[in-house]
Amino acid sequence: MRKKISMKMKSTDIKPLEIEGRKYGGPWISSDITMSDVTDDVMAPVIRKPGVIWIILFMMALAGVGLLGFVLTIQMLKGIGILGLNHPVAWGVYITNFVFWVGIGHAGTLISAILFLLRQKWRNSINRTAEAMTIFAVICAGLFPLIHVGRTWVAYWLVPYPNARELWVNFRSPLVWDVFAVTTYLTISFLFWYQGLLPDFATLRDRAKNKIQKWFYRILAMGWKGKARDWNHYERAYLQFAWLATPLVLSVHSIVSFDFAVSQLPGWHATIFPPYFVAGAIFSGMGMVVTLLVILRKSMNLEKYITIRHLEMMNKVILLTSMFVGYSYLMEFFVAWYSDEPFEQYVFLNRLVGPYSWAIWTMLICNVFIPLVFFFKKARTSIPIMFAVSICVNIGMWFERFNIIVTSLHRDFLPSNWGMYTPTWADWSVTLGSFGLFFTLFLLFIKFFPAVSIAELKSILTRPFRRGANA
Amino acid sequence: MPESRIIAGFMDDPEQFLEVGSRAREHGYKNLDGVMPYPVHGFEEALGLKKSRVPAAAKLMLVIGAGLGLLFAGWTSAVAWPINVGGKPLFSWQAFIPIVFECGVLLAGITTFILLFHLGRFYPAKDPKMIRERLTDNQFAVVIPVEDNGNIEDIREFFTKHGIEDVDEFEI
Repeated sequence: MRKKISMKMKSTDIKPLEIEGRKYGGPWISSDITMSDVTDDVMAPVIRKPGVIWIILFMMALAGVGLLGFVLTIQMLKGIGILGLNHPVAWGVYITNFVFWVGIGHAGTLISAILFLLRQKWRNSINRTAEAMTIFAVICAGLFPLIHVGRTWVAYWLVPYPNARELWVNFRSPLVWDVFAVTTYLTISFLFWYQGLLPDFATLRDRAKNKIQKWFYRILAMGWKGKARDWNHYERAYLQFAWLATPLVLSVHSIVSFDFAVSQLPGWHATIFPPYFVAGAIFSGMGMVVTLLVILRKSMNLEKYITIRHLEMMNKVILLTSMFVGYSYLMEFFVAWYSDEPFEQYVFLNRLVGPYSWAIWTMLICNVFIPLVFFFKKARTSIPIMFAVSICVNIGMWFERFNIIVTSLHRDFLPSNWGMYTPTWADWSVTLGSFGLFFTLFLLFIKFFPAVSIAELKSILTRPFRRGANA
Repeated sequence: MPESRIIAGFMDDPEQFLEVGSRAREHGYKNLDGVMPYPVHGFEEALGLKKSRVPAAAKLMLVIGAGLGLLFAGWTSAVAWPINVGGKPLFSWQAFIPIVFECGVLLAGITTFILLFHLGRFYPAKDPKMIRERLTDNQFAVVIPVEDNGNIEDIREFFTKHGIEDVDEFEI
């Protein structure tokens, strides 16, 4: 009867293959971890009372949300004149943040959907956190267009609805495409994430001792039992979500790039934008995932599940996508020169040596040169180095968007139309506030939800049927 | 739902779980089910469950959603209030592709989720009536309903024959 066991289970028994001193294959997590260990280790930080560090961090993040609320209240009362935006730079830090946050979200979907379709088992330790990061990043992203329209209280005009004047939105506008893309992305990511959480909520419900916790997870688990019939639908639905999310994630940043590429401004009007934005999004998102996981695995004792090998894989993706974006930067400059278009050439020369050249040099150093250290295995597997690089990637990608938006706008075709843009305290406070919002949501997530997918981890255990030394 | 009697055999080994599941089916037991903390691959096949039709429904809704998106964008742009935008044709379908795509994906995703919940009869705070709490942690159970499969003693004997000591009856 042992023959009947599917390939998937057999493959977990494969021993690492050693060729010339390098290990290939093998299980992703240690072979003496049992199913109960997974449940206990992942549940431990959720069940116990929050620690002092968590409370301090949460207070700091909450202060950021307070700042966000404060500045936005002033903005509602006084108008967006409190921002540095003016003619000719009408899109500044707000839209930079929008594109930045949407981009951060992409790595989550890459890990949860694309790596799932590619049967990459290393995703099982990290997909939950990455998906959560996606949702929170998209929430932060969605905030910016809404507050950027100025009269936020009529932001619902962006949605096509039957109104008294029988007017509809312009479906040819990339800004309307954005509304559809971002809301769809948020919805699908959330449903996908929740589906994955369902069996884990059931585990928490059945294992929690505390009455309030039991009640809380009972609401969320929706009566999940783990019946074969339910798993049957569950698995096919999960695969279906992965198939939907994969083209969706590519479409979302492509559509975000259309906000720029569909216009005729030099520096924006480029056919390279969609793939370039998608690569940049995955690059920046991976940077954020590494930043978060390095902290998470340490603070929640999950080193057994999120190993150096997992982090190394992500660093390889960072290296690869860093080279994608590096190539895209090169091509942008090449095409500008080769086009023989004076306006296009000027914009790119102005980026390199103009008044905002500090932005592009920050971007180039952080995105193209620093990640090259990941060619060395020592750097890929060193926690301090990868943490520092991931922070650089985040900074670099923020400046990439700043660079695209501001330098293209501030000097267009007519020199009499030129101007400078200086973000004010309000721009920076809202930016900081969006990080506060993101970390508030993320900290709540790691406190109340299982940060690693319990059910999925169990499916890749080497000897899942051994309950431990006592079995 | 009226109460019904089931017999469950509990085990810690997913390989044994697979084996007992397929043996129970070979034995001719009907309406079998299994409870497992993670999807043990091959168990659905061992029980002879039909492949879930959820993805088929989702694909249908993908096409319907996309069609509705195209109709809506076309109707608002060309019929309800035609506006000349930069001399483009009123029904400029190329510009509607992003909308059409997103509408299709959105409807398909929501359908998948709703179907999953509908098929499992899940709703917030539902009492799962777990027969044993370890089943969401580290134990597996093959469940045989008594009504459909003759008497209790036979089923108990079946489990014992396959080396499962931990057998219990439940009213659900």
